[in-house]
Amino acid sequence: MTTASLEAPRAKKNRSAQGGSKPKDPWGSPAVYFIALVVIALTLAPVAYIVLGGFRDNSQLTVDPAGFPHPWRASNFTHILASATFWRQFVNSAIAAGATAILVIALGLSASYVLARYRFRGRGLMFGLFAAGLMFPITVAITPLFILLNKLHLTDSLIGVILPQVAFGLPTTIIILVPFLQAIPDEIEEAAAVDGCSRLRFYVKMVLPLSLPGVLTTGILTFVASWNSYLLPLFVLSNTNSFTLPLGVQQFRGVHGSDTAAVLAFTSLSMIPALVFFTAFERRIVGGLQGAVKG
Amino acid sequence: MSDTPQAPTALESSHDGTTTVMGGAASVSPMTAVGRAPRQRTSGRERFEIALLSGPAIVVFVAFVIAPVIAAFYYGFYRWKGFGPPTDFIGLHNYKVILTDPEFHRALLHNFEILALSLLIQGPLAILLALLLNRKMRGRSIIRVLVFVPWVVSEVIAGTGLGLMLPVNGAINALLTKMHLFGEVKIEWLGPHMALWTLMAILTWKYLGFAIILLMAGLQNIPDELYEAASIDGASYWQQQRRITLPLLGPTIRIWAFLSIIGALQLFDLPWIVWGEFNLDRNGISTMATYMAHYGPRTGLYGYGNAVAVVLFVISLVVAVLYQRIVLSRDIAGAVTDGRKKR
Repeated sequence: MTTASLEAPRAKKNRSAQGGSKPKDPWGSPAVYFIALVVIALTLAPVAYIVLGGFRDNSQLTVDPAGFPHPWRASNFTHILASATFWRQFVNSAIAAGATAILVIALGLSASYVLARYRFRGRGLMFGLFAAGLMFPITVAITPLFILLNKLHLTDSLIGVILPQVAFGLPTTIIILVPFLQAIPDEIEEAAAVDGCSRLRFYVKMVLPLSLPGVLTTGILTFVASWNSYLLPLFVLSNTNSFTLPLGVQQFRGVHGSDTAAVLAFTSLSMIPALVFFTAFERRIVGGLQGAVKG
Repeated sequence: MSDTPQAPTALESSHDGTTTVMGGAASVSPMTAVGRAPRQRTSGRERFEIALLSGPAIVVFVAFVIAPVIAAFYYGFYRWKGFGPPTDFIGLHNYKVILTDPEFHRALLHNFEILALSLLIQGPLAILLALLLNRKMRGRSIIRVLVFVPWVVSEVIAGTGLGLMLPVNGAINALLTKMHLFGEVKIEWLGPHMALWTLMAILTWKYLGFAIILLMAGLQNIPDELYEAASIDGASYWQQQRRITLPLLGPTIRIWAFLSIIGALQLFDLPWIVWGEFNLDRNGISTMATYMAHYGPRTGLYGYGNAVAVVLFVISLVVAVLYQRIVLSRDIAGAVTDGRKKR
C-alpha cells in the first residue's frame, strides 16, 4: 500500500508512465525497482538452488542447505556427462521433441491452410473439432490412450509418445496458424493462379515461407512442451532404454536418492536445453502468445 | 496446464452455428463471416486437395484424441484387468465406487480448492505485476524474460528441486533461519497442515509468469489516449487503473481465468512429484488426475481407471461450458453488438 501513495502523485506529473510511447522518466520510481527485484529473486531462487546445489557436495548440503558452493565442485556434472544413461535419455528427449514439433507443423499447417483458404461444407465442423481439443489437455485421455497404444504395440517406443503429442498439439497449432494464413492477401494467390500455379504448388512455394513466423512460434512451443512432458511418457514408456529426460530425472532420484548433489546436477543439466531454446527464441514465444491473445 | 502450453485462446460457437476463435482483448474474429473471395461450388479437384491436406491431421486427431475419450466411456462400464477384451460388464458399478470413495472426495475437494485459490491469489498478483512491469523502466525486457523462466522449466525439474528444498531440514527453513527474523525455523512445509498453501505457492511461482505475459499483451491493446485524457481530467494513477485498465483488461483476465480453471482441474505433475505417488493422499494434496493415475492401468485397474477418466472429463466439460455460457458470453455479446453498430 505504500507504493500506492508513492505512485499516485508521480503518475499525475508524469502522464506517460503507463506504458506510453513517450518516456519522460525512464528510471521510474525506486519502489517499482524494489518490487521488481523481489519478484525476480523469488522467481529465480529455486532455479539457482538447483544449479548451485549441483556444484556442492552432500556434506555441504547437509551442513548448510542454503549456502553457496564452497569449494565449487564440478565432479557431479562431469560424472553425469560421462554417463551413457544421461546421453541416451537426452537423445530420446531430443528425438521425441524434434519429431513432435516437425509433425505438428507439417500436419497443422496443411490443415490450417485448408481452414483458412478453402470454402467448403463441413469447414465449421472441422474447425470446431480441433478447437474443442483446446479445452482438454492430455490428462483426461491418458488412461484410454495408454490402452490404445498398448493395442497398437506402441508402448515402449518413442512413437507412442510422439503420435499422441502431435494429436494434442494440433489444436493450439491450428488456432495460431489459421489467422497467419488468412492474412495472406488473396491477390497473391490470384496472381499465382493467373501465372498457372496450382494451389498445391502455391502452398509449397508461397504459403510455407509467408507463414514462417507463426510456424516457428508453434514449433518452439511444441518442442519445449514435449521436452518437458511427463505424464504421457510416464504411462507409455516402461523400458528404461526409451526413457526421456523427465523420467530420467525421476529414475535418477529413485536410484541415487541419498546423493542429493548428484540429483541436483542431473536436474540442472536436463533443464539446460529448454532454457537455451527459450532464451534464444524468447521474443518469438512471447510474441506468439501475445499474438494469440490479440486474436 | 499440466504438460502442454495451451495457447491462450478459447472458443465458442456463434449464432450461425459455425465456431469462431476468440482472442483475448475483446476481439472476436468471425472467420466464416469475413468475406473471403467468393468461390464457386467445391470442385472435385478442390475436394481432393482438401482431403489431401487436412486428412492426415484429422486422422491423427481423431485416432489419438477423440477415439480414446469415447473409448473411456465404453471401458468404464467393465471390470477389466487389461488382458483380452473387456467382458465383465458391471454397469455403473465403477462410478458408484468412485463417487462414494472418500479418497476421491478429498481429491475432488482439493481440485476445487486449488481452482478457487489460484484465481484469488494469482489473479490480483498477476494484474499488479503486469501493471508494474508495463511501466517505463530500465531493464524491463530482461525482467520480462526472467519472470517467464519458471514456466519454461519443466514440472519434473521444478518439483524435484522444490521437493528437496521444502523438507524440515531443507534449504527454505535454513534460509529463513539465516535471516535471523524468527529464530530457528522448523516449518513442515510438506506436512498436512501446510501442504495446500505450499502447493499454492509452488503453482503461483510456476504459472504466474504466464499470466503476467498474457495480461501485458492485453495492456498493450489499451490506447494511450484514454490515460492521457483521464490525467488531463485529474484522475490519479490508481483511479486510471481502476476505471480504465481493469474494465478494458476484462476479456484478457477472463481468458486467463478460463485457462487457469482448466489447469486446476487437470493438475497432476507437481503434486505427484513433490509428494510422491504413495504419500499424496495421506500428507499431500491429491487431485483427480493423481487419483486416476494411481488407480488406473499402472495398478492393473483398467476399467476403473477409465471410469475415473470419464468423471474427470465430465467435470471439466461441465465447468468449461458453464464458464463459457456465464462468463465468456459477455465478451461475445459485446463483440456482436459492436459489429452491428458498425453496420
